[in-house]
Amino acid sequence: MAQFWQQVVSGLASGGIYASLALALVIVYRSSGVINFAQGEMATFATFLAWTFLHHGISFWPAFALTLAVAFAGGVALERVVIRPVEGRPVLTVVILTIGLLILINGATQWIWGGAVRKFPSPFSTRPIHVGSAAFSIQDIGIVGVCLVAVALLTLFFRFTKLGLGLRAAAVNPEESRLVGVRVGWMLALGWGLSAALGAVSGMMVAPVVFLDPNMMQGILLYAFAAAVLGGLESPVGAVVGGLALGVLLNLLGTYFSTFGGEMRPTGLFGRTAVRRV
Amino acid sequence: MAPLLELEDVEARYGAIKALHGVSLAVGEGEVVALLGANGAGKTTTLRAVSGTVRRSGRISLVGHSLERRSPEAVARAGIAHVPEGRGTFAELSVRENLRLGAWTRRGRLHGEEERVLAYFPALAERIRQPAGTLSGGEQQMLALARALMARPRLLMLDEPSLGLAPLVVASIFAILRHLNEEEGLAVLLVEQNATLALEAAATAYVLEVGHVALAGPADDLRADESVRRSYLGY
Ligand SMILES: Nc1ncnc2c1ncn2[C@@H]1O[C@H](COP(=O)(O)OP(=O)(O)OP(=O)(O)O)[C@@H](O)[C@H]1O
Ligand SMILES: [Mg+2]
Repeated sequence: MAQFWQQVVSGLASGGIYASLALALVIVYRSSGVINFAQGEMATFATFLAWTFLHHGISFWPAFALTLAVAFAGGVALERVVIRPVEGRPVLTVVILTIGLLILINGATQWIWGGAVRKFPSPFSTRPIHVGSAAFSIQDIGIVGVCLVAVALLTLFFRFTKLGLGLRAAAVNPEESRLVGVRVGWMLALGWGLSAALGAVSGMMVAPVVFLDPNMMQGILLYAFAAAVLGGLESPVGAVVGGLALGVLLNLLGTYFSTFGGEMRPTGLFGRTAVRRV
Repeated sequence: MAPLLELEDVEARYGAIKALHGVSLAVGEGEVVALLGANGAGKTTTLRAVSGTVRRSGRISLVGHSLERRSPEAVARAGIAHVPEGRGTFAELSVRENLRLGAWTRRGRLHGEEERVLAYFPALAERIRQPAGTLSGGEQQMLALARALMARPRLLMLDEPSLGLAPLVVASIFAILRHLNEEEGLAVLLVEQNATLALEAAATAYVLEVGHVALAGPADDLRADESVRRSYLGY
């Protein structure tokens, strides 16, 4: 039983990361009607930026906050400069454009930082804490916590602020929103900014576990897609629940059925410390 | 004094199809103006030309400020609330959220605003948390109107508020309109199929025919006009 709960918690850690990235996908999907295939690469790029900030001696949380701000601005800029000109074009055009962005951002990351795998510091201790006979990793708990706080803040923003209401209105009914005075174009850009920031959270949380490299988020993006689709693509709650469920499920399958080990495990690294300990 | 809203020689097109061929009309401060015409005459398009949801040219001005190049967002901010054909409420959002969106263009606190507007529509007050999509047709029309009032517009544009509603509901909506006009000086540009109703509510009326103004004048004169009676009033 102790092992079961350990695996659930470490599954939640990976689940929190899928959930944040899945929510980022859903926010863009709801407002622009397209899947942003570049979401993962945007997160990787942001995480490299964070690495640079850390490398220049900024401590973790300030670097984290700074990265979120830059990612947000970058997301807004991408929407304004790249997506805006193709607004109203067939969905396929926009989707292909985001695939182009994926390749472009990946190339830019390699060009700026090189292809080497880097260590990315964790703000959390990797020590376990013991509850009864179970040992939970503080890092896992921290990852779940940060992802859930990010998701919760965003939910509060969408539910309870005027701007959040405008974003939702623009997503469900752009024509009507214009008539009441909502600048729909800026709402789309804001959605991209928020998604980019949320993606950056998932990138910075996963990097200490899987190490930082330019292709770091590619596998994770697939799981985030799965989570978003599981939740129905339109539903922010569905994406988060889908992400968490997927993380836990994959981790438990990997633990209890050896055939699911290795490659079925998300990047094969989550919960590895815990696995070694048991 | 310049009228509140003035259209001069306004044309509008949907792609290659021209729907308005030079429409001129004016709405004075505190005035209710009716826009009549057969199906396809261009009534809806005229409102859309004002709010900028169709490609238009010509001159459109609100107290002298030109609107013809402005986006729908900017027209809303200039003080025009447009309740489109088919109501256009946000079905997924609650009644309260719909009302808040109505006040989007307003800055600062909105203390008491919701109460002020809901006083006209007690049925909505009871359904304040309900998604707008679950309201009845009449309630949705009331919500559309209430939402428009939240903006405290200088001009309210209504597109067929009576469409599909029971006579009692229509009567209550028109009673509210009259009250708003008489007590608060709200100016209204009203598109309506029910010409009897529209000519009662309005001081001035325009009759559109295939994209241009065929007839205009005080509502009383139009009511007495032989051709209007035959074509629109049916007696
Ligand atoms: N989206 C559109 N695309 C192409 N043509 C349109 C469009 N909307 C309206 N039209 C055309 O423009 C003309 C005017 O239409 P409009 O909707 O303004 O008429 P209306 O007077 O409001 O009619 P109704 O009483 O039926 O609502 C019509 O000939 C119509 O076919
Ligand atoms: Mg019409």
